[in-house]
Amino acid sequence: MDSIQPQEFLLLVPEIVLASAGMLLLLTGTLKTSNGYRLCAAISLAALALTAVLLLIQGIPGAPRVILSGMFIVDGYSFFWKLLFLVASAFTVLLSDRFLSDGGYRPAEFYSLILLATTGMLFMASGYSLLSIWISLELMALSSYILAGYFKHQTKSNEAALKYFILGALSSGILVYGISLLYGATGTIQLDELAAALPAALALETGSRLAAAGWLLLAMGLFFKVAAVPFHVWTPDVYEGAPTPVTVFLATASKAASFAILVRIFYQALPALAPDWQWITAAIAVVTMIWGNLAALTQTNVKRMLAYSSVAHAGYVLIGVLAATEDGLWAVLFYLFAYTFITIGTFGTVILLERKEYAGETYSDYAGLAQRSPFLAAMMLVFMLALTGIPPTGGFFGKIYLFAAAVESGWIWVAVVGVLTSAISLFYYIGIGVQMYLKESGDDTPSALHAPGLVGTIAVCAVITVLLGILPEPLVQFAKSSLVGLL
Amino acid sequence: MEMAVFLLFAALALVSSLVVVLHRNPIYAVMSLVVTFVSIAVMFVLLGAPFLAAVQVLVYTGAILVLFLFVIMLLNVSGDSSRGFDLHKALAAVVAAGFALLLLTLFWGRYHGLDLSPLQESDVALKPLARALLDTYLLPFEIVGLLLLAAVTAATVLARRSQDTSS
Repeated sequence: MDSIQPQEFLLLVPEIVLASAGMLLLLTGTLKTSNGYRLCAAISLAALALTAVLLLIQGIPGAPRVILSGMFIVDGYSFFWKLLFLVASAFTVLLSDRFLSDGGYRPAEFYSLILLATTGMLFMASGYSLLSIWISLELMALSSYILAGYFKHQTKSNEAALKYFILGALSSGILVYGISLLYGATGTIQLDELAAALPAALALETGSRLAAAGWLLLAMGLFFKVAAVPFHVWTPDVYEGAPTPVTVFLATASKAASFAILVRIFYQALPALAPDWQWITAAIAVVTMIWGNLAALTQTNVKRMLAYSSVAHAGYVLIGVLAATEDGLWAVLFYLFAYTFITIGTFGTVILLERKEYAGETYSDYAGLAQRSPFLAAMMLVFMLALTGIPPTGGFFGKIYLFAAAVESGWIWVAVVGVLTSAISLFYYIGIGVQMYLKESGDDTPSALHAPGLVGTIAVCAVITVLLGILPEPLVQFAKSSLVGLL
Repeated sequence: MEMAVFLLFAALALVSSLVVVLHRNPIYAVMSLVVTFVSIAVMFVLLGAPFLAAVQVLVYTGAILVLFLFVIMLLNVSGDSSRGFDLHKALAAVVAAGFALLLLTLFWGRYHGLDLSPLQESDVALKPLARALLDTYLLPFEIVGLLLLAAVTAATVLARRSQDTSS
């Protein structure tokens, strides 16, 4: 391996800036100012924007560049994800402001942990060695555990953090055990070297056993992180108990980051095992879609319903992963991009209707919303239609592309399950629409739209959701172009 | 000279570990465990593994034992809580004796008379280790730094007193 050249660090500037901003935020926690909330949110947003600008200046290199002794890769694929993570984090910051000040929770550490977790995601997107991928995954996960428990005087938040921590630590252990077995079989943890060494290892008897155990454990750990059935048990409790902005963060950025490394590991390190992981992923995707949608049907708490719906959507994304074609992959990117905005918008609406940390989360709280606040009801309806996959929304094209990719690559039965479960999902998504438009409201207090940041976020997300449903082509081109060099 | 140092610290390790087991006051027991660990660190130096010695002192003596002391002092365990003979102690004695027997048979049975070469200098030397950490594995090393920062931040968030919630 070559020694590290100093100029390689120039490619790390976005990550370095973001991590430094996270540390700077910790310092602002010691200031005695009256408007600490505004200040911390402003610093975080500025840092995320600056990182995005630096990333755009850096751009996509013509050919993928592997630097820092094979630990870090700069390519179109990492570029796509990094932009998505930065956008999702920025929206999380916008959603958090009112939540923190209402509860009187300290802002400095909260935003600092958000930025550190985002830094971890950026490193995940660029990880080219199982070691650097795993460590950055831990950076993201550890920050998320605490964020989930940030309302530390609320039992539900404690429960969420504890469950997330214990199960997350367990899954990390499984993941790293799988990595160690793969290292034992092939003698390397760098993705391209692993892919090259795997066929020889599979030819040996012990090597193939080690490799099989290794990749199965690794895949289990990854399925756990993306919350696929049967590794999803932590999701409903964590999504329900965590402060809602944190739930947004987990359901969008964190989930997308886990998918980013799952795809990269499957495609760049384990192509020799493609028929095996395609079958396993197909089985998991089918179970995930069925179970996620059926469980979501029975919920009465909206956050819990959305948690199960997020499980179900992980199943849809897995359809694109298992197709193992270029079409499947850009469909995955497209879907997660659209899903991020839809989810942020949905949870943003939930946040606006919440009062005092957890009140206002049940279905009946949405009764008669159309009279109380026609704007919010319309927004929510758009997001519910998008989650179901009804045109003209981004969710429609996302699902069409995924199912089409599966059909083209011969996984027709998986696509059929996807279509059928989407039909099931219509019941619970439209259930909210029925509450909003057809039920009478219990209380007549008009919903206050007193948080401009929140309302703006929701409106932007709704516009993007609809735009993606009318003009999907630019995003499709972007997703396609970012796959150069991956396959 | 080397032999004298070895004998001195070997004896010290044995005596202090006996004190760990036999002393009634847990604080004294833990303190003498410090002596045991430092003596073992000296053994590592004698075997030509200074890095292992440093890790031994930093991790075991520095971190883990201080944790032990904190727990003992916080729980305010005074000595003499359990005198006499009970099932726990009997079980512990059996397990310890069995483990010692296992080690002895292993060393005598498998390695006795074999020409065992000691660790190579290059296996434990600092330079290759530093090179690996700060060159090949520089990026993971740096991310671990961020990870530890996140962990410290997390600990302060959880441990902060409740009335101090707003800035």
